[in-house]
Amino acid sequence: MILIVTQAKGERASKADLELVQAARDVGEALQLRVAAAVLGGNTEPCAHDLARFVSNVYSVASPELEPFRAEPYTSAVQALATGLGAKVVMASASRSGLSFTPRLAVRLAAPLLEDVIALSQADGKLLATRFTYLSRVTETVRAESLPVVVSVKPNVFTVAEPADSAGSVEAVDASVGESDGRVRSSDRQSAQGGRVALEDARIVVTGGRGVGDAEGFTRLVEPLADVLGAGVGSTRAVVDAGWRPYAEQVGQTGKTVTPDLYLALGVSGAVQHLSGMNRSKVIVAVNKDPDAPIFKVCDYGIVGDVNEVVPPFTDAVSERHG
Amino acid sequence: MKIVTILKQVPDAEARVRTSEGSVDLDGIAFVIDGMDEYGVEEALRIREGGTDAEIVAVALGPQRFEEALRTALAMGADRAVHVETDVALDAVAQAGVLARLVQEEGADLILLGGKEADWDSAALGAAVAEALGWPLSDWTTELTLEDGALRARHDTDDGSERLEMPLPAVVTTQQGLNEPRYPTLPNIMKAKRKELAKRSLDELGAPQPKSVTLRQEIQTRERLGRIVEGDGGDAARELVRLLADEAKVLP
Repeated sequence: MILIVTQAKGERASKADLELVQAARDVGEALQLRVAAAVLGGNTEPCAHDLARFVSNVYSVASPELEPFRAEPYTSAVQALATGLGAKVVMASASRSGLSFTPRLAVRLAAPLLEDVIALSQADGKLLATRFTYLSRVTETVRAESLPVVVSVKPNVFTVAEPADSAGSVEAVDASVGESDGRVRSSDRQSAQGGRVALEDARIVVTGGRGVGDAEGFTRLVEPLADVLGAGVGSTRAVVDAGWRPYAEQVGQTGKTVTPDLYLALGVSGAVQHLSGMNRSKVIVAVNKDPDAPIFKVCDYGIVGDVNEVVPPFTDAVSERHG
Repeated sequence: MKIVTILKQVPDAEARVRTSEGSVDLDGIAFVIDGMDEYGVEEALRIREGGTDAEIVAVALGPQRFEEALRTALAMGADRAVHVETDVALDAVAQAGVLARLVQEEGADLILLGGKEADWDSAALGAAVAEALGWPLSDWTTELTLEDGALRARHDTDDGSERLEMPLPAVVTTQQGLNEPRYPTLPNIMKAKRKELAKRSLDELGAPQPKSVTLRQEIQTRERLGRIVEGDGGDAARELVRLLADEAKVLP
């Protein structure tokens, strides 16, 4: 069995969850294994029933210890379920929380860890994963030497799964959480995106660089465009260092890595450190007044011009299209 | 208390990485201390400078070049260094077992390391080391204070940030924003040469079997159109919207 692990965030399975279902179906076909899902959180029933439209067996694992996410109770609950079910592959999304509990799970199960993968296949019954490495400059294939194996799946890479022919069943199971799992206490949760889509999950990312001018330039140029596109807002290191935007928005080597369908780089010069965080985007657009800016070497579409003159009419033209 | 910082020496971000015969060829490449690991060294120094009596031990598990990262940490102010020198490529889970044994020998109270390794693009080591030791973890940490044997931190979550509180011993992974690392001064670089840098062998620490192996590595650069849209600001902007909608089909 392949067990996918998701977090109940609202009443519906998220886009990342459905990408995970698709990745699991691919692996299931390759290794001849069926797919089951576990939904973890405080209130998991609605999300579990939604996920049952896609997966034949859904385990609903609810506990106050599992909301909000903390890696240790999560690891314990997943370990108990995966061991009980004899899961051969455990898969989760490579979100920050996913990246935080999957290594723990691999250590507990003495299992190989395939991290942040973009494709999965098999050879001689062993699971192979493709992933990016060396600041996303290199693509590598890694083989897990044994089963079970723990896999984290890069968001925005796999297609979103279609519903199954018939709805699956939902079974409530007790969360097996140990005493020491409660030792990390969390508080004062803040949402960084100002109501926007999370940077790593965004299909479109609008990033501003030093060429945007100042903090006010972000509210005048970058945010309105992001809002008409339903996009996430990104920044370069220079912008973050200047204090115009929070660290959470930084795209690049020491910030976040994004792989959206469309990446709009506004007033971004294109330093190598920045490129490593976005060079796997499907389509890259650059607007910069310096025709020699390195960003133009990696863009699909570019405009050589001042962001102040290009971005407002661009935003208007996008809103007109949306009617 | 004792603080262990875990370090790697990685290719410079500006270095042109090549592959030959299906694996990354690092010949002639410039290496630097991993930037996120460097935040860990800096934070350890700040904890000590804040009045906590602490010994700071820099630790590395990897090939000979990792010694340079340890020298950098010593020059920044770490007290001594331990290098488990090996050319065996170990995955994060296997590395965690070795490092956990070393940390237990040292009797450390706090481990600091980078949130994401700039060579393997892996964020697994911190969590794997924490699990191997049975310790709590604050990952993607942007603020850190120690008080009365407890660790308080702010760290990034999936959709923002939150405050964490946990008992020591604990593991902390860093990210940008935690601090601004200092440059080693020339006198400190000279002084660092006399500090202890002990070598350990992998065999002494339980020589683990890799659980996963890298089969091949290749450079796959995406062909970019590189199409410059001409015209004044407004005309170019409208043409670009048309191209993104009709040709690239990436607009909602």
